[in-house]
Amino acid sequence: MSVLVVAPVVLPLLSAALLLVLRGRRELQRVLATGATAALLVVAAVLLAQVRSQGILAVQFGGWPAPFGITFVADHLAAIMVLITAVMALASALYALRDIDPEREARGYHPLVQVLLAGINGAFLTGDLFNLYVWFEVLLIASFVLLTLGNRRAQLEGGIKYVSVNLLSSMLFLTAIGLLYGLTGTLNMADLALALPQQDAGLVTTIAVLFMVAFGIKAAVFPLFFWLPASYHTPPIAISAFFAGMLTKVGVYALIRTFTLLFVADVGYTHTILLWVGGLTMVTGVLTAAAQSDVRKILSFHIISQIGYMIVGLALYTPLALAGAVFYLIHNIIAKANLFLIAGIARRLTGSFDLDRIGGLFKAAPFLSALFLISALGLAGIPPLSGFWAKLLVVLAALEVANWWIAGVALGVGLLTLFSMTKIWQYAYWSPLPEGARLATRPSRLLYVPVVGLAALTLLLGLWSQPLISLGDAAAAELLDPSRYVAAVFGEGAPAVPSGVGSEGGAP
Amino acid sequence: MEVPIAFLVGVLFASGLYLMMQRNLLRFVFGLLLLSGSVNVLIFTAGRLTRGLPPIIPGGLDAPVGAVANALPQAVVLTAIVIGFGLIVFTLVLLLRVYERLGTVETDELGPALARSEDRTEEAS
Repeated sequence: MSVLVVAPVVLPLLSAALLLVLRGRRELQRVLATGATAALLVVAAVLLAQVRSQGILAVQFGGWPAPFGITFVADHLAAIMVLITAVMALASALYALRDIDPEREARGYHPLVQVLLAGINGAFLTGDLFNLYVWFEVLLIASFVLLTLGNRRAQLEGGIKYVSVNLLSSMLFLTAIGLLYGLTGTLNMADLALALPQQDAGLVTTIAVLFMVAFGIKAAVFPLFFWLPASYHTPPIAISAFFAGMLTKVGVYALIRTFTLLFVADVGYTHTILLWVGGLTMVTGVLTAAAQSDVRKILSFHIISQIGYMIVGLALYTPLALAGAVFYLIHNIIAKANLFLIAGIARRLTGSFDLDRIGGLFKAAPFLSALFLISALGLAGIPPLSGFWAKLLVVLAALEVANWWIAGVALGVGLLTLFSMTKIWQYAYWSPLPEGARLATRPSRLLYVPVVGLAALTLLLGLWSQPLISLGDAAAAELLDPSRYVAAVFGEGAPAVPSGVGSEGGAP
Repeated sequence: MEVPIAFLVGVLFASGLYLMMQRNLLRFVFGLLLLSGSVNVLIFTAGRLTRGLPPIIPGGLDAPVGAVANALPQAVVLTAIVIGFGLIVFTLVLLLRVYERLGTVETDELGPALARSEDRTEEAS
């Protein structure tokens, strides 16, 4: 059992080591990397099934009992995130087989992706705040290299912005950890959940806001998102798509984890800030997207806009809102990454990402057009696709607590998202090809495999949404009751969570 | 002892942030170095300072006797130093590459340098 909880981290790390040893043996690396990612998917699925049947699983490293050792905890949210990471990793690995050039492969593309996966899964599973910092750094350094791999000028210029802002965020994160340790004397998250209610509420809230800024940069929320559209469009599409789907969501996960488990003493203050941040993130993201003409930049700004919905789900802090946030995370990761992958195929056909220079895709590639429509309408929230249910849950949660303005903003932003998607559709698919441009030969069929798979998932989650909604409900129930997390970490005879923690509601 | 060190951390933080706001990216890296150093001192101080009390458990016992130095911040700082070292080295190499390819490390000139360069449009696939 304990092996299962650490397997999503150990497996990619071992594969990374093996892939490093096999440097230069391209074919072998490709087979191994794809195989390792597929194995990760199996492990993640088994982990979620175990969490489903047995509740929260916890592992203490080296047999040191909590809070002295490092703990790994797999609750519903963590297991769901690990599973979706594996799904996206497999999709981008298949796409990368035809998208990543041999030079990047020779320079270590495959091992880097595995290190990135280990970092992401570690961040999802760890139950220790400093350990979370370490996993964040593991995934950051891997993402730095993946982003700049190839040394194109645009990559370097975008990379500088990405690296500098993310390093600043890491420093703030570490500062917050230091201050929290000085206050409580512990870094184990379950132990912190017990210790924090006894501390001075003002100091705790100050540190909470520092965490909010640090994770806010990583999650790309308003007004800290500017690094994302400056860098995400520069690497090859297989890398862009995975980053677009997963990386900001690790920041969102960290926000959800800390602001449901640790910083719930002054919900009226912290979660009100989060609500404003979420609302402004939605609006600024979608409005800036409308002004872009590069498909990848439009999609990058939409990442930001969609993050707003998840933050709003967290900020409303009710069971329905958190379930909505979890549903939104999953739906958005799939739809967003797929739109990037589709843009990559469209670029192979038309030779550009620039909407002013492309067109005629509907006539030339009707199948690709259908795939684009599924993901784009899914993103905008048109029934019966997955985005509809995600938006419905968040909006319902807002209406439930009579927060009319945020519900209105969420619906309005959905409309503007539809506008952006129809803009891409209009220019790239419907309008005739511009003078002088010509369509390239048909791209490899292998590129379509992950795209079809992800589009099918978007469709499936829309038509058969109940399983994911019930998963989201289970995750939300655990998040709103930290005593279950604490009990899992400390085992039998766990100290009781002080009253005031874990009470539901209290939405701002 | 904690109070003067707290002020030291404050001064280091301020200097680091000041340097990070400069246009020259090399100064940004120096600022990052200062900042990462000051965070380490902060964590160390947060674990409370003690002098000359090594946390060594005498033979035959399970726990140290009396007050000893807190070993956990030391372990945390050690990890943070190693991570910080790796990140700074990567950033320096990235800067070197940027200087080689774009010919500048001034943030104001990066955009124009990129616009002038020929491979601004997406790479061939």
